[in-house]
Amino acid sequence: MTMHLRASHRAGGSRRAGSGLRHGESLAGWMFITPMVVILGLFLVIPVGMALWVSFSDWGGRGSPFSSGVEFVGLNNYADVLTGGGLAQQDFGTSLRNNLWYVLLVVPLQTALALGLAAMVNKRVLHGRGFFRTAYYFPSVTSTVAITVLWMFLFSASGSINKVLSWVGINGPNWFNDPDGVLHTVLGWLGISNGPAWMENADFLGVSLWDWISGPSFAMFALILMAVFTTSGTFMLLFIAALQNLSPEVDEAATMDGANAWQKFWKVTLPQLKPTLFTVVTLGIIGCWQVFDQIYTGTQGGPGKTTVTPAYLSYSTAFNNQQWGRGAAISFVLFVIIVVLTIVLRWAFRERPLPRRQRRYYESLVAKKKEAQR
Amino acid sequence: MQRRITRPLGAIALAAVSAVALVGCGSGFSSESATGSSTTLTNDSTDGLTVLIGSSSDAETAAVQKAVADWSASSGVKATVQVASDLSQQLSQGFASGDPADVFYLQSDYLAGYASNGSLLAYGDQLSNKDDFYSTLVSSFTYDGQFYCAPKDFSTLQLFINTDYWKASGLTDADYPTTWEELQDVATKLTTDDHVGLTFSAEYARVGAFMVQAGGNLMNADSTEATANTDANVTALTEVKSLLNSGSVKYAADLGAGWGGEAFGNGDAAMAIEGNWLVGSLSADYPDLGYKVVELPAGPVGQGTLQFTNCWGISQDSADQADAVALVEKLTSTDDQMAFSSAFGVMPSIQSAADQWKAENPDLVAFLDGAEYAAGVPTAKGASDVVSDFNSKLESLATGDPAAILAQTQKNLEAALSE
Repeated sequence: MTMHLRASHRAGGSRRAGSGLRHGESLAGWMFITPMVVILGLFLVIPVGMALWVSFSDWGGRGSPFSSGVEFVGLNNYADVLTGGGLAQQDFGTSLRNNLWYVLLVVPLQTALALGLAAMVNKRVLHGRGFFRTAYYFPSVTSTVAITVLWMFLFSASGSINKVLSWVGINGPNWFNDPDGVLHTVLGWLGISNGPAWMENADFLGVSLWDWISGPSFAMFALILMAVFTTSGTFMLLFIAALQNLSPEVDEAATMDGANAWQKFWKVTLPQLKPTLFTVVTLGIIGCWQVFDQIYTGTQGGPGKTTVTPAYLSYSTAFNNQQWGRGAAISFVLFVIIVVLTIVLRWAFRERPLPRRQRRYYESLVAKKKEAQR
Repeated sequence: MQRRITRPLGAIALAAVSAVALVGCGSGFSSESATGSSTTLTNDSTDGLTVLIGSSSDAETAAVQKAVADWSASSGVKATVQVASDLSQQLSQGFASGDPADVFYLQSDYLAGYASNGSLLAYGDQLSNKDDFYSTLVSSFTYDGQFYCAPKDFSTLQLFINTDYWKASGLTDADYPTTWEELQDVATKLTTDDHVGLTFSAEYARVGAFMVQAGGNLMNADSTEATANTDANVTALTEVKSLLNSGSVKYAADLGAGWGGEAFGNGDAAMAIEGNWLVGSLSADYPDLGYKVVELPAGPVGQGTLQFTNCWGISQDSADQADAVALVEKLTSTDDQMAFSSAFGVMPSIQSAADQWKAENPDLVAFLDGAEYAAGVPTAKGASDVVSDFNSKLESLATGDPAAILAQTQKNLEAALSE
């Protein structure tokens, strides 16, 4: 298909513009994509447009948001959430705090685990590779709801996890009922149960700085482990595909140059995986900021609001409290956060020229080689 | 160059056409009917009535289906019962689409949200049996001075006692606690290595009973004024805090249970503060457990408990409001409420059914007696958010400052009221 298009494109250069063949092709093209355009427009573009309007309106949830009684209220809904100083802002701040810790832990862990698993099951010497690949991928194809239920059992106060912990003498926490932050708990062991005054008094989005650094609650931590468990398999698949695309010659060349396995992985294999790494981290960040189903089916935001995420908060604000404008505003703030993070990530993963020192080193190598050839 | 411009234009035109088509396909999507209290009810029974319920069990579904079918047979109006998997979400979708269910279950804390956007028909005053409802239930379903919907049934909190543990600790019928001191006393006596004396969930819906016993509550009876930071409430939370710190009382979550009923059923606590819904689940899940229900002890001001209730909401956009009201009158009659009660353990919302219910449920009399002194939960718009925030703070009450928690809640309630 691509070959054909490219060929005709080249041929088109010599032909007069707007010739019959090209016109027919573009018509066919439009026909092929029309179903998708209609479906996307109907179920994505229009609803998103309606939600954007709702976020600027005082629509109360009855009848059409475009009916005459609905007023434009400007940025009021956004102000409630971002600067209001009330419970709405505090809830939003809490949800951001929760989700931030979730992202900070899930994304690196799942990326590292996926890469590690991929590197392992990609080894030719490994027996039963197929079995391991299937086993690691299995959690990804199981429904989140089923795994959430399983997790609730595993992490209950008298569940298997705490049983195992008790064998090594650890009195496990009451996972899904413990609102204490992991970091706060660790600081508590060191005798720090209250933050310094400047952290307790200063607040961002209605949540004090001391509470921002609480770490995920034990309930959230269990959900973090679950996310790592379920998504690593999917990303492992991406890494395997990328690893199999790498040419063995480069690897061999590195071996010839005397690189050991560790050096080969970090200096040869990993740099070649950069595009895949970007995909995995981006998909991970987007997925993590949208976490909803585990919360909805599992914890409903509890204990102590420590598993409320912006996506769940948006839902509960709109559907349970009939604050539709505010709920829509939360989802658009979340949208902006995701877009900004993706742009930052693109910037961080951009193709960079070699640092000057390394460049000089390589240039000197090339010069030496040329001299030797002479 | 020309082609480049026309393509996006075509896409925009397509989007616009589909937008029009989308808006056009919902019948009555943008139709505006009269809001608030309309005196004349709509009366178009061609499509029949839809009844949307959030059912706790098959028994409940079957009982409601039977009652609605009976009404359908006698009135000649078609009526179907739908069981919602997520009631508030399905209700919201119905109201937004302009084609909601005609009659539905409605929790008292959702009333304000739906009433304020005009989704609900305020039909309470048109009911022939409106004076028969308990007045505290009526005030739970009154918003902006209007009695919106008929209370379906109600539940109150009382004290569940594990009779085996009670006897094992050498306690007798004379020892049922009637004051906070006695509660503390028996809780201590009932505590062993194996189980604690008393449990309840860390939420307003249980702890609130102590606030009522001390003469307080989060809001006044009409939910028009925030009263969270009163001395009575501070006294109540201080009492709960000292109970939690005594070691003989633990939150259900700290016993590894999802709620107090589970901890009580598992035998992890000798007493639990729970409502009459627990009776059904105890007989289903823990049939061998011996227990007794007594009234909660009185606080410094007197007896007190919380009551919870649902009503039969009718939507403003219903095409057949008149028949919907007639159906609700039938569903709240003594006969139907007694049938519901025997099917799934709720208490009738009308006073005239009280004696019959007590006669049929001699062991559960305490719950209905609670109606005398029970207080409702806040129903003001935005109050449920404040309550869930309050709940999150109650979880750490054992180490928290009752006055500070209540002051914050007061601030949040005042903000919600001023919105």
